[in-house]
Amino acid sequence: MNVMSRVPPFNYAEESPKVNRLWDKKFLLFLEDISAVFDGFKALDITAMGVCHRELRVVIGPNGAGKTTMCDVISGKTRPTTGNVYFDGADITHEGESLIALKGVGRKFQTPTVYDSLTTYENMELALPGHQRLWSNLFSRSTAKQRDRIMSILERVRLADKAKTKARQLSHGQRQWLAISVLILSNPKLLLVDEPAAGLTDAETELTAELLLELKDEHTIIVIEHDMDFVRQLDSFVTVLNEGRVMAEGTLQEIQQHEDVIEAYLGR
Amino acid sequence: MYNPSQPMPSNARNPCRYLSFFVLILIGLVVIPLLYYTGQISIETVNMLGRYMALAIMAVGLDLVWGYTGILSLCQAFFFSLGGYAMGMYLAHHGGPEGIVDAAGWKFPACLYVVYPYAVGEAPADALVPWFWKLFYTLPATIVLGLLISGAAAWVIGYFGFRSRVRGVYFAILTQAITVAAWLVFCMNNMKLCGTNGLTRFDRLAGHSLSSDNVKMALYIMTLLSLVGVYWLCRYIVNSRLGRILIAVRDDESTLRFSGYKPHNYKLFAFTLGGMIAGLAGMLYAPQMGIFTPASMEADKSILVVIWVAVGGRGTLSGAVLGALGVNLFYNFLTTAAPEYWPFVQGALFIGVVLLFPGGLMGLITSVKARLGTWFTSGRGKNSSAGNVGAVAEGGVR
Repeated sequence: MNVMSRVPPFNYAEESPKVNRLWDKKFLLFLEDISAVFDGFKALDITAMGVCHRELRVVIGPNGAGKTTMCDVISGKTRPTTGNVYFDGADITHEGESLIALKGVGRKFQTPTVYDSLTTYENMELALPGHQRLWSNLFSRSTAKQRDRIMSILERVRLADKAKTKARQLSHGQRQWLAISVLILSNPKLLLVDEPAAGLTDAETELTAELLLELKDEHTIIVIEHDMDFVRQLDSFVTVLNEGRVMAEGTLQEIQQHEDVIEAYLGR
Repeated sequence: MYNPSQPMPSNARNPCRYLSFFVLILIGLVVIPLLYYTGQISIETVNMLGRYMALAIMAVGLDLVWGYTGILSLCQAFFFSLGGYAMGMYLAHHGGPEGIVDAAGWKFPACLYVVYPYAVGEAPADALVPWFWKLFYTLPATIVLGLLISGAAAWVIGYFGFRSRVRGVYFAILTQAITVAAWLVFCMNNMKLCGTNGLTRFDRLAGHSLSSDNVKMALYIMTLLSLVGVYWLCRYIVNSRLGRILIAVRDDESTLRFSGYKPHNYKLFAFTLGGMIAGLAGMLYAPQMGIFTPASMEADKSILVVIWVAVGGRGTLSGAVLGALGVNLFYNFLTTAAPEYWPFVQGALFIGVVLLFPGGLMGLITSVKARLGTWFTSGRGKNSSAGNVGAVAEGGVR
């Protein structure tokens, strides 16, 4: 195992699921030969990309680089035109969204999606793992332990006093927080976090970064972000997407010195 | 601050919230029979109230489907009619006149005999009561089948609709098309469902004459109790975690998938239950109406149910009851006083509610209550200070 490096650049040619049976010892997620074509437009074209266990990976790229499409493909919202998505030792390319979610892929959308007519607390309650089947929901109530867990997360993101408030009445920042809290509560193996800092104040952004770094110890996280200050705070490996392709992978410093990247994204 | 020893407020029960419902039960169960037995209202009025309550049951079912889960269904009246036809066939079996039997010795229901579609060369003496009529010969079988058939019809429509992710207005159009198709089928003489004449000659229910006043009163009470039962069942569901998932389906179905839920299962559950509730309503309606025709599944009948729920206030359950009873009583009043104006009033009612009171009657009541609440608290403040002044003044006099 020592031969395999835990930092990019990875030797994808020798470690991909197709050639190496032990790929899942290293990678939690692997995209292989993925392409997504919409009406002849190739939105995504990734030859190989892996994310290690318990890694915090930041994906950056200009508008239209295919970042959100990549999330769609991983979470099952969009079927890739070609290629395979491997997650947690299995091929999940052809699974439905809900099954992929049950397997442990959690997602926060770009615009925070919460259920407007439910309270903050009820929003959280729906994310509790293990209660997704219909009949159990008719009779079961949340246990005290679950309530405590929900409230401790809400306190952490300063939403505890909003527990009884309808999500409709929350501010944009609070909705972002709620969406992230929901994701944390559902305790997935892989968190896909699409622009967590969008529309947040500087202080809020800092707290978001802090939280994501805390989660890193137990989860694998992919963060999609525009905000370079935020990326700097995360101080993690970066994958640069451009026009649907992986342009570069490495630490932030390496990326910032990469000529193509400067040309395409940072230089502007 | 949050106190873990206390249950979350969302689960808290407030007895006052249900006070108005208990008052309504009291009126239905005590005041109405009292008025009848003291001769203030006729049995026909009681019978009419019973029918409207059956319609209210159907409306509660639609509120679960539309108000909570967000599925606009335009085939609620179809499920209602399936239940009504089941009960109607049972009643037609046991209605007069006696003495008409088919080739195998089965008593021929009069309504079927009148419009029996004979095959070419078939003599009336060779005609047989169709097998599917015989299923509805006993009352228990009829009740079970009535619920099962309406539920199964809803399940099939829902299964294919929700699996293919047919949503919103498209689902409404789909259900309306199915209702119209079903109406055409039920109108055909060849189906041996008595065509446009419908099912008639309802004389006895479980051996009791339907024309007797006591039986009419009993049917009224049964309908009222069924309404209360259905209401509490739906109330239990929407208060459970399942109910909050149904609301989440209404708010944002696709996000729910990414939390591992299968929204189509939840929609199917609500839609099927709503269909069964409508079937139950139809079974209660048929004996009180005395006739059941395909007219009760015409396209506009389902839209009427939507109007009742909208007028009462969707997503409240009590609003569905209030809307169904209120609009129907108003209809009854106006068609007696000035029948030609009803279509205009009905249209104005629907447009007015949608434009002016999106929350319906329940929304109106809530806002009036809130306004009264602030008025009362400020008023009470004044009163108490006035009381103090009075006490001081009294003390002064003494």
